[in-house]
Amino acid sequence: MSSYDAIVVGGGLVGGAIGFGLARRGLKVALLDEGDMAFRAARGNFGLVWVQSKGAGVPEYQRWSRVSSELWPAFAADLKETTGVDAAHERKGGVNISLSEEEFENRRKLLEQIHLEQGETGFEYEMLDRAELKRRIPAIGPEVVGASWTRYDGAANPLFLLRGLHAGIIELGGRYAASARVTAISARPNEFKVEAGGSAYFAARLVLAAGLGNKDLAPLVRLNAPVRPVRGHIVATERVAPVIPLTQNFRQMAEGGLLLGDSQEEAGYDDVVSPRPLRDITARAVRAFPFLRDVNVVRMWAALRVMAPDGLPIYDQSPDFPGAFVASCHSGVTLAGAHAERYAQYVLDGALPPELARFTAARFDVQKAA
Amino acid sequence: MFRKLPEPGSPLVTVTVDGQPLRVPVTFSAAAAVLLYGGISRTTPVSGSPRAPYCMMGVCFECLMEIDGAPNRQACLVTVAEGMHISRQRGARRAET
Repeated sequence: MSSYDAIVVGGGLVGGAIGFGLARRGLKVALLDEGDMAFRAARGNFGLVWVQSKGAGVPEYQRWSRVSSELWPAFAADLKETTGVDAAHERKGGVNISLSEEEFENRRKLLEQIHLEQGETGFEYEMLDRAELKRRIPAIGPEVVGASWTRYDGAANPLFLLRGLHAGIIELGGRYAASARVTAISARPNEFKVEAGGSAYFAARLVLAAGLGNKDLAPLVRLNAPVRPVRGHIVATERVAPVIPLTQNFRQMAEGGLLLGDSQEEAGYDDVVSPRPLRDITARAVRAFPFLRDVNVVRMWAALRVMAPDGLPIYDQSPDFPGAFVASCHSGVTLAGAHAERYAQYVLDGALPPELARFTAARFDVQKAA
Repeated sequence: MFRKLPEPGSPLVTVTVDGQPLRVPVTFSAAAAVLLYGGISRTTPVSGSPRAPYCMMGVCFECLMEIDGAPNRQACLVTVAEGMHISRQRGARRAET
């Protein structure tokens, strides 16, 4: 039996970032990680800190993503200073490439909508025509029509980030528990007992950040997190001398390897690779950047995103059990800055602020039309 | 460090390793030729440290070399041929854009 100031269930990027933020604020944190059989989106993702396409129709989500992007540089610096782990964060802006006039026009409409919805918070973007894009990225292929660009976009190395968060929690006096699948939660107001991996953990605060596991865990503290898996594929190439800056679907890592990605499939809990999305990803990549035709692929994998019915994060606190919070999202890298620097503070304060009211699970409490 | 086991009757071919001509049995892999020559296979793209062929079975990727102009080939999976040019891979390969 061990007592902590906060128990965070979920050893991925969401739990890791919130746990790191809590530990940074002086709390003794227990981070419970399910084990190698968990789906672990944190170990299969693309690593973008991406803002430009987030939150059309939901200004709060765009704002929250942009806040996180703005907090990222200080967060990454803090992580490095605390742990020595460099998450390889960059924030030089990013582009989304259009391969047809229709894509380009749809993109323009999307970003114009976000610009209008953001009003005086000032969402700035540029639509780059082919000539301007070719000037910035000479490697584009003949089918590329243009691209959208914003300065808010960036990227990190998600595996270094995850390792840094775990190391940070340990460095700051917390505990990282591996193979700690939660088997029971007993809740009273500001008093929680979590049984996991054969041990019992006690704390006044509980944060559920267990990815797809939140669906079953949240009801134990009378919260609701109706998330489902959405599969994505990623293709990784051999290392190549620097050739392209950051784009949304194709990125070159600091070490030179390229990641090609961004498929989305409804495949239930099946996280095995499938030929069709791999074909679509590589075909599109070669159209955007013909030089990839001669670059060797070294790895490919699939992973499961954690998706709410409306695609937004779920942030909520239990009305029945004060001290219990839930956090679910499909952008654990992008939102890591906000999770560590903001959400952790809200957990410490014991209340979520109005800026997160749009993300509570109450939004799902409407009757379906027949 | 490496000494070739005798293989009576195996025909020889001439390859170049970093420009130096070398006679090797026709059954050799390009990585084996590099070990016989005593050189390194590559410098890494990340730290620049020198590496030599290691696993000899296509797993470790330490033997990446430029073979007949093609970069980043796994030299342990390529059988030598008369006139083959084998060069060390210096850091990351370049992409033709």
